[in-house]
Amino acid sequence: MRATTSVLLVFAAGIMFSLLLLNNDGLLIQIWINFADDVDFLIRQHIYLVVLSGGLAILIAVPLGVWLSRPYMRKFAEGAMQGLNVGTTVPTLAVLALSMSFLGIGVLPAIFALWIATLLPIVRNTYVGIREVPGFLIEAATGMGMTRTQILLRIELPNALYVIFAGIRTALAINVGTVPLAFLIGAGGLGELIFTGIALDNIEMMLAGAIPVALLAMLVDFIFLQIQTWSISRGVNPLR
Amino acid sequence: MIRMENLTKVFDTPGGDVTAVNNVNMEVPAGEICILLGPSGCGKTTTLKMINGLIPKSAGKIFIDGKDTDTVNPVQLRRNIGYVIQQIGLFPNMTIEDNICVVPDLLGWEKAKSRKRAAELLELVNLVPSAFLKRYPKELSGGQQQRVGVIRALAADPPVLLMDEPFGAIDPINRAVIQDEFLKMQKELKKTIMFVSHDIDEAIKMADKVAIFKDGILEQYSAPDDLLARPTNDFIASFLGQDRTLKRLSLLSVGDVKFGEEYKVHGEGDLANAIGQMKELGHQNIVVTGPQGRARAFLHLNDILGKKGVIEEYRQALPAVANVKEDLKTAVSTMFRHDVSWLACVDDDGFYKGYITQKAISHALSAIYRDEKQNTLR
Ligand SMILES: Nc1ncnc2c1ncn2[C@@H]1O[C@H](COP(=O)(O)OP(=O)(O)OP(=O)(O)O)[C@@H](O)[C@H]1O
Ligand SMILES: [Mg+2]
Repeated sequence: MRATTSVLLVFAAGIMFSLLLLNNDGLLIQIWINFADDVDFLIRQHIYLVVLSGGLAILIAVPLGVWLSRPYMRKFAEGAMQGLNVGTTVPTLAVLALSMSFLGIGVLPAIFALWIATLLPIVRNTYVGIREVPGFLIEAATGMGMTRTQILLRIELPNALYVIFAGIRTALAINVGTVPLAFLIGAGGLGELIFTGIALDNIEMMLAGAIPVALLAMLVDFIFLQIQTWSISRGVNPLR
Repeated sequence: MIRMENLTKVFDTPGGDVTAVNNVNMEVPAGEICILLGPSGCGKTTTLKMINGLIPKSAGKIFIDGKDTDTVNPVQLRRNIGYVIQQIGLFPNMTIEDNICVVPDLLGWEKAKSRKRAAELLELVNLVPSAFLKRYPKELSGGQQQRVGVIRALAADPPVLLMDEPFGAIDPINRAVIQDEFLKMQKELKKTIMFVSHDIDEAIKMADKVAIFKDGILEQYSAPDDLLARPTNDFIASFLGQDRTLKRLSLLSVGDVKFGEEYKVHGEGDLANAIGQMKELGHQNIVVTGPQGRARAFLHLNDILGKKGVIEEYRQALPAVANVKEDLKTAVSTMFRHDVSWLACVDDDGFYKGYITQKAISHALSAIYRDEKQNTLR
């Protein structure tokens, strides 16, 4: 699984390089020369948006999912999950627009919208992952004398971790894919190069934005795949 | 010791109240195995789970070693009661070692001590520690998991053990092996054990006492042999099955019914002596022993009546022998296999120990009924 992903990554990168380097008179080198400074500046903004909105989403969503999965929340949780599921069907561009309509333009509404879009899949997977831990494991743990907290930390979370990580990876993929749109509400980022490139019909400029976005998306997913692979017990980890 | 007084559980369901356990009174003496038996839905699991508080009781009292369990913090109580659930319930995220050490870890044992204990326990159930300690549950077969489930309950050495169909998920051959291992362990450990089974043969084999439930009511609570010989009502008789008398065969050992250990002859002995002994014994065969006293052969009365000579000339090979330790079921099937009506009994080293006959077996099985008839006549 890991090996295949790495091979694919290398393969994709290789194709891109050969296309851009060889066929088009060293296009990539041209882009590098013309846009290195812009990319350097914008990618920082971009990463800032990803890290802040993604990090906040993980920090809030996992505890929220855990809380919804508690037995005393049972009556309320199903309704909340239905709401979240409806929420995920709203296109992220619409979320951005809505966010801008009451928070104005700039970094704040962008981070808020990205945070919302990233939050939902993580909450859902955390909730589902914990609820899917078989009831008899909880019963065994209770019968052996674990407290509620011990059951959560030693049984429920470790057994749900794979599903939770799957949610985090999905959410971050959405996040990284949406960040270029943040430019549209004035939050900057690599979207600036992409959208301006499109508007000016400037392929070089567009690629100068698009290639780092693509690489960043792959890098983020690769990092979280590594964490998922190595931080989760071999007993419940299909990756190992 | 586990004692239940007027134990009752009423479930409040949308369809009305369901009385799952109805005013049960029973006591499991320290060091004994009590098996709860009965048709599906009769309240076995509910009874078991009330003991460690997984299901709150509606009424009644439960005492463990004389102590009212209501006065003990449930978490503390459970850490002192070994518990095996029906689905085995090994935690998939933990290694076998960590699974076994769950309760010792909760109790704050030193790591070195609990890990050493895990290895010892694995050895006890014939799993090689070096091979299994670091594996995960999914890397074990069902039978291996079940063994680990049982030793996990034993890890912190609790005096009391509750098990819900602990040997249910294994094929019959492995089940018999694990049952034997468990009985061997229990001989040394002397735990007070209550366990649920739906297998009558398992109950007969393993229990000191069997409790039969029907619709939440404890119908009969007695030793297996008693139960088979004297079911107190028609429900129990039919639950135990028409072949319940045959089931008693596995409760008695060859040693229990063998007789005539002193009747035997040597190869050099004379025929008249052999005939005399047969008449005295009332059996038409006599065993010929070797110089050390091992069973070697036998003589049949008809072969030597009116004959002269030495025993050597008339002796015949023994078709089979019965070990004094084996149960009557095994002995009877040996008899049927060899189409004989008696067997010579021997110990582990082959030394002659007496006779076992079909007549003596049926006598032993019916003795208990005969006693009762005489009692009613008197
Ligand atoms: N949580 C519950 N709510 C309502 N009724 C229940 C509940 N648990 C058990 N019962 C009912 O109580 C009765 C006894 O159930 P229990 O699980 O003790 O049966 P059992 O003897 O263990 O049966 P089995 O051999 O099938 O496991 C059944 O009629 C069952 O439907
Ligand atoms: Mg049951």
